[in-house]
Amino acid sequence: MSMPFYVAPEQIIKDKADYARKGIARGRSVIVLEYTEGVLFVAENPSRALHKISEIYDRIGFAAVGKYNEFENLRVAGVRLADMRGYSYDRRDVTGRSLANAYAQTLGTVFTEMPKPYEVEIVVAEIGEDSSEDQLYRLMFDGSVADEQGFVAMGGQAESISSALAQEWHTGMSLGDSLKLAVRLLSQFGAEEARTLQPSELEVAVLDRTRPRRTFARINGGRLDALLA
Amino acid sequence: MTSGGGQLPAAYLRSGSPSFADFLADLAPEMLTARLLQAGVDTSALAPHGTTIVALRGSFGAIMAGDRRATMGNVISQRDIEKVFQADEHSTIGIAGTAGLALELVRLFQVELEHYEKIEGLQLSLDGKANRLSALLRGNLGMAMQGMAVVPMFAGYDLDRERGRIFSYDVTGGRYEEHDYHAVGSGGYFAKGSLKKMYREDMTAEQAVMIALEALYDAADDDSATGGPDIARGIFPVVAVTDISGVRMIDEATLSSYAATIVQARQRRPDGPMVPMEDVR
Repeated sequence: MSMPFYVAPEQIIKDKADYARKGIARGRSVIVLEYTEGVLFVAENPSRALHKISEIYDRIGFAAVGKYNEFENLRVAGVRLADMRGYSYDRRDVTGRSLANAYAQTLGTVFTEMPKPYEVEIVVAEIGEDSSEDQLYRLMFDGSVADEQGFVAMGGQAESISSALAQEWHTGMSLGDSLKLAVRLLSQFGAEEARTLQPSELEVAVLDRTRPRRTFARINGGRLDALLA
Repeated sequence: MTSGGGQLPAAYLRSGSPSFADFLADLAPEMLTARLLQAGVDTSALAPHGTTIVALRGSFGAIMAGDRRATMGNVISQRDIEKVFQADEHSTIGIAGTAGLALELVRLFQVELEHYEKIEGLQLSLDGKANRLSALLRGNLGMAMQGMAVVPMFAGYDLDRERGRIFSYDVTGGRYEEHDYHAVGSGGYFAKGSLKKMYREDMTAEQAVMIALEALYDAADDDSATGGPDIARGIFPVVAVTDISGVRMIDEATLSSYAATIVQARQRRPDGPMVPMEDVR
């Protein structure tokens, strides 16, 4: 009878984390950043059907990178959780914090208990009455949560983009300015050689506090062209 | 029922239907409308009833309007109840019948449409929405048999066919498309008679609002359970216009001036606008 090989727990965790990190870095980047009227999501995503950015509830949006089937599963669960909560209590009782918690617990459990961790990274964004109440929760593949200030970049060349954002992003940016900044950084760091991303290669959406009730809106077609011009 | 701070329950992560009502039926069936309590007991007098809703469609789209009265027997249980709601970006729902169950049906229907839209990334077709309402309504059949019927009406702008459309329902969930106008509720017959004489295909949205308000006035004139415009309290019907750009609720100031016009005209002619004699031949 053969004995199973002993592998130190540290090693198992490290291997899983490396595996997940590699998977996440393979894809293209997504940038989520705050602007005066809310939160802007920008993804390099040539697909019109397979979204990386989505509406969860009135004031809550979702962005993800990594393996599509895994984050799509989490997105649908998030919509269900939010709608269930809003229907059982009230629309105002649906919060980004509770959703971020549920995601964190789920990702954490999968990471420790399953042989294969989820290869995803998620941002749950929530807007308040004014920009001081806006929240960006960043969730890692192992269930760790960070409450980010101002901006998040994930997937692909996330680190380079983050350090560039730290230099160039500031509070009180307009929608047009923050969109141009995000597109410029995605173009600059997304590929080996510099290029300019075309509107058709972008998935763009906002949580816009000037909209009544459902604040999530996709920006495409003429409006996107106008903002990028 | 709902997860507190813990991880997402397995049911949330399962792939399944984009219908919120189906999800609810699996996970928390007790939250769906109450079922038949005891066969053969008429409980209709126990809860308030909403009364008259009218809808018209024209080249501009569709409008829906409802009076503000709820009654329990001979008592006016509420003067300012709202019975016409936006269902989603391009449709409206109005309800007559047992108010509590009807309002819950509206809430479920609104979540149902929004849930589908979020999960699938696109809106249901107008027929799809009308069919979902049938399915939800069928869940209330047991209560309807005890006298607690809910009778909704659904109107919206069909983006594929580029026209306004109206659907009426019976308590079994039967769905019927109405061609130009329809009215439901206790004053529905009177309202429909009024609509029949005033309706014209080429009316503008503003004219349609006026016709709807006249019809509700006629319903209130002959049905004690339908409320007329309450100028003293500033309570007017709720009116929703749906066209290609979406749903807009007519604001109170506009309704107030329309209501004043109607009330003034009715002081001269209490029975309302007259069909010209040359049309009666």
